[in-house]
Amino acid sequence: MSQERKLRIMVAKPGLDGHDRGAKVIARGFRDAGFEVIYTGLHQTPEQIVNAAIQEDVDAIGLSSLAGAHNRHFLEVLQLLKERGAEDIAVFGGGIIPEEDIVKLKQAGVKEIFTPGTPVEVAVNWVRENIKPRGRR
Amino acid sequence: MFSPKTIEQVREMQETWLRRLEDHRCAHGERMERFTTVSGQEIKPLYTPLDISHHDFLEKIGFPGEYPYTRGIQPNMYRGRLWTMRMFAGMGTAEETNERFRYLLSQGQTGLSVAFDMPTLMGRDSDDPLSRGEVGKCGVAVDTLADMEIIFKDIPLDKVTTSMTINPPASILLAMYIAVAEKQGVRKDQIGGTIQNDMLKEFIAQKTFMLPLRPSMRIIVDTVEYCTREVPRWNTISISGYHIREAGATAVQELAFTLADGIGYVEACLERGLKVDEFAPRFSFFFDSHIDFFEEIAKFRAARRMWAKIMRERFGAKDPRSWMLRFHTQTAGCSLTAQQPYNNVIRTTLEALAAVLGGTQSLHTNSLDEVLALPSQEAVTIALRTQQIIAEESGVTNTIDPLAGSYFVEALTDEMEAKAWEYIHKIDELGGIVRAIELGYPQKEIAEAAYTYQREVDSGKRVIVGVNKYVTDEEIPVEILKIDEAREQAQIRRLREIKKTRDNSKVRKCLDELRRASEENRNLLPYILDAVKSYATLQEICDVWRQVFGEYRDPGYF
Repeated sequence: MSQERKLRIMVAKPGLDGHDRGAKVIARGFRDAGFEVIYTGLHQTPEQIVNAAIQEDVDAIGLSSLAGAHNRHFLEVLQLLKERGAEDIAVFGGGIIPEEDIVKLKQAGVKEIFTPGTPVEVAVNWVRENIKPRGRR
Repeated sequence: MFSPKTIEQVREMQETWLRRLEDHRCAHGERMERFTTVSGQEIKPLYTPLDISHHDFLEKIGFPGEYPYTRGIQPNMYRGRLWTMRMFAGMGTAEETNERFRYLLSQGQTGLSVAFDMPTLMGRDSDDPLSRGEVGKCGVAVDTLADMEIIFKDIPLDKVTTSMTINPPASILLAMYIAVAEKQGVRKDQIGGTIQNDMLKEFIAQKTFMLPLRPSMRIIVDTVEYCTREVPRWNTISISGYHIREAGATAVQELAFTLADGIGYVEACLERGLKVDEFAPRFSFFFDSHIDFFEEIAKFRAARRMWAKIMRERFGAKDPRSWMLRFHTQTAGCSLTAQQPYNNVIRTTLEALAAVLGGTQSLHTNSLDEVLALPSQEAVTIALRTQQIIAEESGVTNTIDPLAGSYFVEALTDEMEAKAWEYIHKIDELGGIVRAIELGYPQKEIAEAAYTYQREVDSGKRVIVGVNKYVTDEEIPVEILKIDEAREQAQIRRLREIKKTRDNSKVRKCLDELRRASEENRNLLPYILDAVKSYATLQEICDVWRQVFGEYRDPGYF
């Protein structure tokens, strides 16, 4: 079997929310799990995130939100990926997100949402099982 | 504190006892290989006079209200007055915030605390593209003075004190508060309250930043200088460990980085030519109270003793009020769990009790649902009642610093102090806290601690009830407060209406004057005050600064 290339995962913080503890722990956990990790830093607009994701040629974007603006931001990221013909970049997320919003976001195309208390290992395993390297363009 | 003879006897007895302990342990085992605090600090099975045999009572412990204030800053502590029960609140619109404030005052709360929404915290108006989806979400939106007039409607500002959790635009919100007071006929020297105004911890931990480090420091010093002259009852900086801890720091890191930030502000004010005893008494502190009960109590006691020493010995302060570390406490948001949320009431109770036994001046207790959303009224009431039960039923307020003299608590207090000094010396070696932050030093230390902690939780080495032990599948329904998206539109409409009806030439003139003052290193407060009174928006003022000083970008260490 040919050696699979490393997964490239972007961890991103959309909006003005500054709670980055979870995003950083996850970024570090992904790196330790052998993924290539790009962390955007704080205060990114959905446009900036999608631009960076396409430029960096990532396989998935993990969005973190703890200040209540997840619906707007996550949906905008999905929408922009579609507009840019990059909907094969998987989107998942984590943070303080109520159950009914999780249902809505998943229906809209967010692959998974991790809520507070999720072990890093669970997110790592989920990525291993569900994210595949995209075809190069 | 003990005679050499006693110490010798204890030492002999202890050696015998330790051998018995070892035999017992070999025979029966222990629950864990190492017993550590939530911060990873190792705890011994037993503490005895040997652990504090070097203690000079007067130097290390002493009396409440006296240097080094280990036992508290007032001579009678809670026998005189209870701590201020100050619940952080702010939601949706200005009208709703006003309504909740009046409710809390009617329920016996004694001070107000305003939470602003993210756009306000970041110096953005509600109609800015970056504010989309965040208006009124985590607090109240303030675009202009008109919003502040509504928030404090029918609340006499000479009777209440108000804490505003605001950082990059702190000077602007303070100016708005002064303007509202003036409209009520209350003078600047009659109002009391606090602005957080602590940018150093923003760069370190909370990440609500706007301008680069050095101009941020300049505006903070402007505020301190102005208040020292004009608003003498205002607490100019709330030097905050809370966010440092919530970002994943250990208790020692929280203690050390917070005091290092305090040192940074004192140095900056001294550089401006202010006199230490004129401004230092108005600095206050804000700590986290996490779940490890004794570690937190030790942290609070060590903090007071260290600050007193820093102010007296390092900065030569003469006024005892400069030596006193006054602090607000919030129970640890990061200790709460989304799983089995009613357990959060018990966590908060323990944390609140630690804060009280640690001698806090004011306290916010988290609501059980805060990990899920903004708290509901019912949850806020339980959280406030928690404080009232500690204050008026438990009896812990009857005597001052009841844990003093505990071999364990005193030894732990000493140990935290020693470890915090190591960090402070390291930061001094790096060239001070501003330089250390530019180098990413505290940020990286915290990221490391946060990751270590998470690994311990994930591996089950550190138990969190309901998360990695005693897990249940059943969903416990909790009423969640939701903020209506339509409010964003209403807030934007109000902002547009004001922009249309105000005297726009006056606004432009005020902003131009502010720009010149910003470029010329004049104290900015009088210019900010003029601008807010003309109904210039928060962002219009901040944009002047963004143009003059540039913006800070997150380096994203992980």
